[in-house]
Order: sequence, then structure tokens, then C-alpha cells
Amino acid sequence: MSVQAPSRITPVGRITPFRAQRIWEKNYIAYRRMWKVVFSGFFEPVFYLLAVGIGVDAMVGDVTLPGGSAIPYATFVAPAMMAASAMNGAVIETTFNIFFKLKFNKVYDGILTTPMKPSDIAIGEIGWALLRGVLYSTGFIVVMFALGMTESWLAIFAIPSATLVGFAFGACGLAAATYMRSWQDFDLVTLVTMPLFLFSGTFFPLDVYPPLIQTIASVSPLYHGTELLRGFTLGIVDSTMFGHAAFLLVMGLIGAGIANRRLDGMLRK
Amino acid sequence: MAESLVEARGLTKEFGDFTAVDGIDFDIHPGEAFGFLGPNGAGKTSTMRMITTVSPITSGHMTVFGLDPTTQGRGIRQRLGVVPQEDNLDQELTVSENLYVFGRYHDMTKAEILPKVEELLEFAQLTDRADAVVEHLSGGMKRRLTIARALINNPDLVILDEPTTGLDPQARHLLWDRLYKLKRDGATLIITTHYMDEAEQLCDRLVVMDQGKIVAEGSPRELIERYAPREVVELRFQDGQQEDAVARLDGLAARSEILADRIMLYTDDADDTQEGLGSRGVDPEQVLVRRSTLEDVFLRLTGRQLID
Amino acid sequence: MTTLRRSLRFAESEVIAYRRTWRGTIISSFVNPVLFLAAMGSGLGALVDNGPGLPIDYILFLAPGLLAATAMQNGAGDGSFPVMAGVLWRKNFHGTITTPLGPEDIVWGRLLWGTARLGFVLTVFAIIAYLFGAMDLGPGLVAVIPGILTGLAFTAVITAWTLTQEDGRSLSTLFRFAIVPLFLFSGTFFPISQLPGFLQSVAYVTPLFHGVELVRKITLSDPDPSLVTTMPMWVHFCYLVVMFAIGIYLSIRFLHQKLRP
Repeated sequence: MSVQAPSRITPVGRITPFRAQRIWEKNYIAYRRMWKVVFSGFFEPVFYLLAVGIGVDAMVGDVTLPGGSAIPYATFVAPAMMAASAMNGAVIETTFNIFFKLKFNKVYDGILTTPMKPSDIAIGEIGWALLRGVLYSTGFIVVMFALGMTESWLAIFAIPSATLVGFAFGACGLAAATYMRSWQDFDLVTLVTMPLFLFSGTFFPLDVYPPLIQTIASVSPLYHGTELLRGFTLGIVDSTMFGHAAFLLVMGLIGAGIANRRLDGMLRK
Repeated sequence: MAESLVEARGLTKEFGDFTAVDGIDFDIHPGEAFGFLGPNGAGKTSTMRMITTVSPITSGHMTVFGLDPTTQGRGIRQRLGVVPQEDNLDQELTVSENLYVFGRYHDMTKAEILPKVEELLEFAQLTDRADAVVEHLSGGMKRRLTIARALINNPDLVILDEPTTGLDPQARHLLWDRLYKLKRDGATLIITTHYMDEAEQLCDRLVVMDQGKIVAEGSPRELIERYAPREVVELRFQDGQQEDAVARLDGLAARSEILADRIMLYTDDADDTQEGLGSRGVDPEQVLVRRSTLEDVFLRLTGRQLID
Repeated sequence: MTTLRRSLRFAESEVIAYRRTWRGTIISSFVNPVLFLAAMGSGLGALVDNGPGLPIDYILFLAPGLLAATAMQNGAGDGSFPVMAGVLWRKNFHGTITTPLGPEDIVWGRLLWGTARLGFVLTVFAIIAYLFGAMDLGPGLVAVIPGILTGLAFTAVITAWTLTQEDGRSLSTLFRFAIVPLFLFSGTFFPISQLPGFLQSVAYVTPLFHGVELVRKITLSDPDPSLVTTMPMWVHFCYLVVMFAIGIYLSIRFLHQKLRP
């Protein structure tokens, strides 16, 4: 049974099954006006890179890799900065921004009164964070190349690797955002990301630490990201990189699963 | 019997131990404006959220357009327009972008959306603000935009949850005007409100909800006739004289209600009642005679102590 | 009521609000600086001390720099988001000026409270740095005073700047394009003598440079000339005092315009 509609535009039944791209369209429209903010996000990791290249590099000299070869310190740190910025970008986008939309202006409540579903939102927002990440990573690789901090053409694979880092952290960030109660909880986000940033083999090889701490650090997801990216930018590729990639992929899938379930529970109650 | 657009039987919503909606039945017919009245916390918004399929039903049965909200949510939402209690516009977008994006959520093409956006901007009297970012709009403008947004897909059913709460009188009247227009064009409306004048103005039929249950049902006129005598005489006295007067009012009106600052007499003939006051020597400082309204019905049904 | 009394009243309201929100500040105020000290001082320090390095242990060089940088970050944070909240989001400043308190009392009251917080945060940092073996306790505690001055100079100037902004978006731009580069290039992590010549001249006019130099000249007795400049301490001191004074003057002026247009 059905009721006659006066003048329907959309034929009933025309429902696209995959519609996360609608979220991308919305974000694209919004960000067209805020491109300066997006663009500026690119500079922070570049500033760090320059500080390392100009200042710290001269104090450290060369770093000896486990394989025995020595590389300039800046070349050692650069891929780690790229991995860390992929992490930070994804976490900020999915925690701060999503929390605001979820709790304060209730944008998603409005969206869910249309044919959109919570999973469309979850996939759309994580996907958007990744798209942004690809832009930043590409820019970063160009800067590294210009400063002579890449050792191999394989460095190009650092871009998809950084996207994988973004996926792992973005999905977990979105899951975390659904547990946040107030702005003060964001300090806890920093409590996780800051130690990861500093102790994941970013600024120095893990072997400066005692074995116990090395073991702890080796379960850090950013450590896996850093190793993956560093392998590509230094052109030292081996089978352990599958392990690093698998770690990040599983982490991302778990995060996305939790985020999807939690969003559904929060928005449809 | 007319086909129902929305049909609910024993509809129930529980949040843990709390029962927000307690086994209600109702039918909403195509083309009518149907109201849910009730004080805050009566279960109106929970009912709306179940109809819009964003809130799972705890128990009971409901169909919307003959579809099952649990399994066919997308199909239902495609034909709905929803105006939530609190505006949830996208603050980052402009007025016209908010409309456009919602059209896309409904799978409309750009060619379908753009003329519709023009039409809705006109409808909401926002044409000259089309490119303004939502953040900078006044409350009334935001409300009108939220209503326009709900119409982007030419919905068969428009659900409005307290559409005019918090608006100034000018903005309210403009909104009512837009809602009449919608109804004239054949849309079915579901409206929740706690403004009685709004319900009287807009609704063909309504139910009064209290503590999760429906306590009365009918047209505004029917409800007034059933639950409130035709006229109300309100009496105010000088300090200390009210108590004295109460004793002498017995049997003067169909029902009387004694408040801290005044006495209300519900009566079918106000002239008669006023004459009675004079003959019994009751001398109020101020007398106000008015027609009874849905507000009187509402207060009788949902609380404030009454003495018959 | 005197100005001091009125300012204290405002500071009191900040303390009351802080009792509910302090949890959200522990990590950025205390934990992050310590993590930086541990990671950079010990981890990177091991690399630096094995490489070309500095004439002294890296951690001894880094710790005073981090103390000043922590002061800057706390001071900048205090001058930005809470001020935007006061005039735009929470709007508590608008309520305040309907009482006998005026805009100048808000500005001074915030600085009084900022002084107390900076003093506490930096003292804790100095003690932790001492436990890391990165500073002597006496000079470390003395260095808290120029640290507070650095923080307040930032609070004052950034308060004034924030009051000229229309919305919160520009605040993140400030941190990206001013605070982060200052943090990285003002001598916190490496001596500015390593910067190319023209960047060195730029660094001399940045405020954090003067804060870092002042703190470092106190904690490193008789530092090697490659680690600090030969500028006398009173130059650094005067720079920060002037910056503070200009910041206060403009903050009061702009807050008047904002609250009583």
C-alpha cells in the first residue's frame, strides 16, 4: 500500500547502497571556504623537518642503522615526521572535529533523518580524513625530495603507507571520540599521541633504550608506521614491512568496527 | 476508513527503567495536520524519533507509509521531512549549501536540486541570505531554514518538533503562514507543541500526551467542548479578600479553580455567572471574561490541581 | 574597591572555574614538558653526545630552553582560548562588567591568576629537571622568575591579539605559524648560532629567544660562548618587560572596545 505523493522529485526506491561519498561532498563544500586552514596544516611538520635539518642534524651527525650503514640524522628523522603528522592529522580530524559535530551542533542527527545511515557517516568521515592525509603526505614527500632527504625512488610508497597510518589512527580516533564526555577529555588524547610521537623511534633509534623499554615501544602503532615509511624512504625494503602494515591494518579495522557500532548506538537511541 | 500514513498500536519506548512512551495507539491520515500536545517530558519527542526511524521501537507495532521502520528505515526517511526541536544545521555551510547537501543525501541530482533550492529560499524568505554562513543568522532565520531543508525532497510527510519554540511573535506568525501554505499544497504534517494557540491554529486533529500516555484525542474544537465549558470568568481580589469570596461561589459555575492570585470559573454562560456574583455580594477588584481555549483543556488533563 | 581588590575578585572567579577544569590542563602543563625532557634530553641526547655534539651534555642545554618554551606555551594558551571564550563562547566577561568590575580588572585579574599558575607549573618543571640531572636546584628555581615573565609577556600580547579576532579559527593559525616556529627556532633545541646568518638576526628579535637566553644564562654558570649570545641579561629582561607592558595596554584598550562599544 502506498500514499499518493503530490509532486515527488526523487523516485521512491532510488537508493544508492554506498553513499559515504555524500559526506565527502559535504566536507568538500565546507572546506572550499576554509582551504587556508587546511593548507596551513601542512606547515607544522615541515617546520619540525626544517628545525631538525638545520639545527639538530649538525649536533648529531650521522646515524648508524642496524644494518651498519650510516645516514644523515635529518634523513633518519624525516620519514618519522611524516608518519607522526599522518597520525596527528587523522587524530585531530576524527576526535576534535567529530566530537564537535556529534555533541554540539548535532549535524549528524539531522543527516540521519535522510536515507543516510550511521555507517555512511563513519566510513565517510574516516575516508575524508584519509583524503586530507594523502594531500599532506604528497606535499611532505616533495619537500623531503627537495631537501635531499630521500634515498630511493621507493619513497613514493611512503604516501600509501602514511595513508595506512592515517587509517589506523583515524579509525581509532573516531572510536575514541564516541567515548568523550567533554573538552577536557581531549587532554587524554594528547596523553596518548605525545608519548607515541616522542618514543616510537621517531627522533632516535630504539636501541638507545634498555631492552625492556624497546619491547614496550615496539608495540606502539606509530613505531610500525615509522618503520614502514623509513623502509621506503631509505630504500631498505624487507619482509618485516608486511608485519608493520598488517599491524596498522588490523588496528584500523578494529577501530572502525568499534566506531561504527558506537555511533549507531549514540545516534539511534 | 481512510488509509493511514502512520499507524501505531501499543507503541512503546523504554530507556532502561524509564518508560518514555507507554503503549500508545494513533492513526495519521494523508493530508491532515496532526498534533501531539503535552508538557515537557510527556513522550512527544520520543514518539517523533520513532516515526523518523532514528529511534528503535521497544515494543508494539508501527508502520509509516505502510513500511516497517525497523527494516525499511531508508525507504521511509526518503519520503520524510524532519524539523527537529533544536536546529541542527551545518554551521560550516551557507544557507543554500545546507539545502544542497541535504538534497544530495536524498540522492537528488544537481539538476533536480538547484531549482528546488531557489524555490525553498523564496518560501523561507531567505533568498537574499542565500550565501550567508549559517552561524550568522538570527534564530527565526535558522528555524525557517531548518523547515526549508526538511522540504528539499518534496516529502509526503513533514514532522515538526516544536517548530516555533523560542521565536518572537513575528517569526512565529511567519512560520505558521508557511505551514498553512504547505498544508494547502497537500502535505501531511505532524506537529508537537506546548503552545495551545499554535495547536488551535494549525492542527486538524490532535492527541494530548502525559507521562507517556495519550490522555485525550480529537479536533481542537471537540476537545474544548468535551473538557472545558465554553467560557471562563477570571476574578482577582484585593489582598485578603479572596478567601472570603471562595465560600460564596459554591455552585455558581460548572467548575471552579482557585489559584494563589485569582479564581477561575468555568461556565457555559458568563453573563449568568457575573449576575450571580453580584447577587451573592462578591466584589472582585478585576473581572476578565474570555472564551475557553485548548490551554484550559491541557491544564485540566495534564495537571494543576482542580476542584470540580 | 581598589583595582587590586577588584582584580583579585576576578582571579577568584578563575580559580573557582579552574577547580572544575584543572584535570584538562595537567597533561599539557606538566606531562608534556617532562616527556619532551625525557625523549629529547635522554634519547636524542644520547645521539648528540656521541656525535659532534655540544661542549656540554645536551640535556643541560635543553632543560632551560624547555623551561622557557613551557612558559611560552602556557602563557600563549592562557591569552588565547580563555579570552575568546570570555568574549564570545562562554561570554563570562560580558557578565562580569555588569558588576563593579571593569575590563581592566579582568585583564589584571587574569594575569594575577596566570602568574600563580605559571609559578606552579615552572617550579614543578625545575624540580623534575633537577631530578633528571638537567639543572641545579638553586639556579633552576631562580630561573622560574624570568620564566614567569616570559609567560606573562606572551599572555599579555596574545590577549590583545585575540581581542582583535572575529572567531576562534584564527587561534589555531596563531599556534601553527607563531608558537610552533618560535618553539622550534628560538634556541630551545639547538643553539641559534647554527642558524644561517639572516635567520639568526630574525631570532634575536623574537620574544622566546630572550626568555630562553635569560633562563639559560641563569642555569648554566659560565656557559660556553657557542651556546648563548653575549647580550647582557638586562637587554633580555627589558625586552620582555616592554612586551608585557605593551600587551597590557592594548589588552585593556581592546577589551574596553569589545565589551563597551
